[in-house]
Amino acid sequence: MTFVLDPTDESRPASRTVGPRPDDLAGRTVGLLDISKPRGDVFLGRLETLLAERGVTVRRYAKPTFTRPMPADLRAEIAAECDVVIEALAD
Amino acid sequence: MGSAPGTEPVTASRHRLLDTGFSTRGRRNLGTVRGVSLPDDGLVVVVKQDCPTCRLVAPVLGDLAATVYSQDDPAFPAGVGVLDDTDLDASVALGIDVVPTLLRREHGVETQRAEGWDRDRWRELSGVADLGTDLPDWKPGCGSRTHDPEVADAMLVRTRGHELAARRVELAGLEDEAEALYDRGWTDGLPVVAPTPPRVLRMLAGTTRASDEVVAVVPPNLVPATVEKVAINAVLAGCRPEYLPVVLAAVEAACAEEFNAHGLLATTWGAGPAVLVHGPIARRIGVNAGGNALGQGTRANATIGRALQLVIRNVGGGRPGEVDRATLGQPGKVGLCFAEDEDASPWEPLSVSRGVPAGASAVTVFAAEGARGVVDQISRTPGSLARSLAAALRGVGHPKLAPGFDAVLVLPPEHVAVFAEAGWDRARFTAALDELLLIPPEELVRGAGGIEEGVPAPRRPHPKFRPGGLLVAVAGGGAGKFSTVIGGWVGGPGGSSPVTRLIEE
Repeated sequence: MTFVLDPTDESRPASRTVGPRPDDLAGRTVGLLDISKPRGDVFLGRLETLLAERGVTVRRYAKPTFTRPMPADLRAEIAAECDVVIEALAD
Repeated sequence: MGSAPGTEPVTASRHRLLDTGFSTRGRRNLGTVRGVSLPDDGLVVVVKQDCPTCRLVAPVLGDLAATVYSQDDPAFPAGVGVLDDTDLDASVALGIDVVPTLLRREHGVETQRAEGWDRDRWRELSGVADLGTDLPDWKPGCGSRTHDPEVADAMLVRTRGHELAARRVELAGLEDEAEALYDRGWTDGLPVVAPTPPRVLRMLAGTTRASDEVVAVVPPNLVPATVEKVAINAVLAGCRPEYLPVVLAAVEAACAEEFNAHGLLATTWGAGPAVLVHGPIARRIGVNAGGNALGQGTRANATIGRALQLVIRNVGGGRPGEVDRATLGQPGKVGLCFAEDEDASPWEPLSVSRGVPAGASAVTVFAAEGARGVVDQISRTPGSLARSLAAALRGVGHPKLAPGFDAVLVLPPEHVAVFAEAGWDRARFTAALDELLLIPPEELVRGAGGIEEGVPAPRRPHPKFRPGGLLVAVAGGGAGKFSTVIGGWVGGPGGSSPVTRLIEE
């Protein structure tokens, strides 16, 4: 029998469940998150138009750079202000 | 030497990495070893049957009224009462280096000791005037079984195992070690060395830092990595203990904010962290800076960079297909480490130009894609060769993108000599490259050359590299007019900056 030492952080990943998906967007606030890749704003701009036509409240957000993790404050801001978030990657 | 185990002549000092520390520590800490009951007063003899000198003195032990411990055979010596010390607890507590050892204890403290057989000394110590009349005057002893390589691992774990805090994972008897470690997700795809407690303890002997000291907080999961966790991954990677200080410095550098290991891992670009070793430690531990420095065949090069990547994988949780989103990656992501050949270089070391004191050992961690060779066997003037190298460097990332990606240029002896012989130092060379790599806007603009990729609307010449975005190191074999460009990733605050850290030994 061999014993080895665990090379990992020994923690199980925090268990997270995806929030329930709303049936429709009526009366909800949708956050549009631009990660600051080229042309992500084009895609989100079109989405904003389409959502606005349906009477949905839209808020725009952008990460300072796509190369780094999102600032914790921005994540908290989106969570506090929106019911749904759509994140755009683009190039 | 070369005789049966345990009968080798005793050497004054043992190799540090095999020394479990109990030869001196045991003596100093006498009485602190739990569960060992030693006589407070009187004579003590420690022997082992495997030792010819012990067998020589066996007939006289009955004359001593001593407490006799046997390290290997409780039935030896015959005819006297023997305490079984096959578990070596008493030997450790007494700090036995040699058998036979005769010692006197008074009020729980050792007052005299004789090692090996020395008739006059044994008579003086025991007070038995006619002791061993039939024996030779003197015969050296043998190594204590506490120093036997066969029990070294067990002794190491018993004396220092309490320093290990990591979870112990039991592998089943029928599990193949290599398969078991792969199945647990702990490897980069190549087999790893099983991080058993004795191996990790020997690895930890490579540093003076405490095993529970936090080295860095490792992205992407931002997990504090202790010296012990780094040592475990260094064992996995195949490192020798003397590499550990380099691995620790590399982990610290790679986890610095400006290195942005999370971004480097997560990008679809194929670069990964590479380790450049500076200063005297490189030669001392055998990091190759000469022929095939970027290739295979040298253990330090092959395992130090790998240990860093395994720390990011296992401790930080950064795995391909998960946070590592590389489109293609590159073979050096298994681990890339080399040293600057400071002895052969005519120039000030790169580390000194980055602020490291001359003579100090350090690491620089940088984002690296695959290495690409640059041929120039014709240029004999610095101007021509600089233009050659600049042309190759322009291709980093894309020839029409500037500035953007960082790079490391590795000059071999035959190329750097062209500059040194013409009186060019490091600063002059890099200034010449900066000038040559100022690219006119009409060559960069999107559409130029029939290529849609490029800079959107350049109005003035763009430098290929941001300030500090090109590092130049000297390494490689003595023959070959071939430099190497190691492209990087987006440089600076929006990406990754090379990070240099001193190596703490």
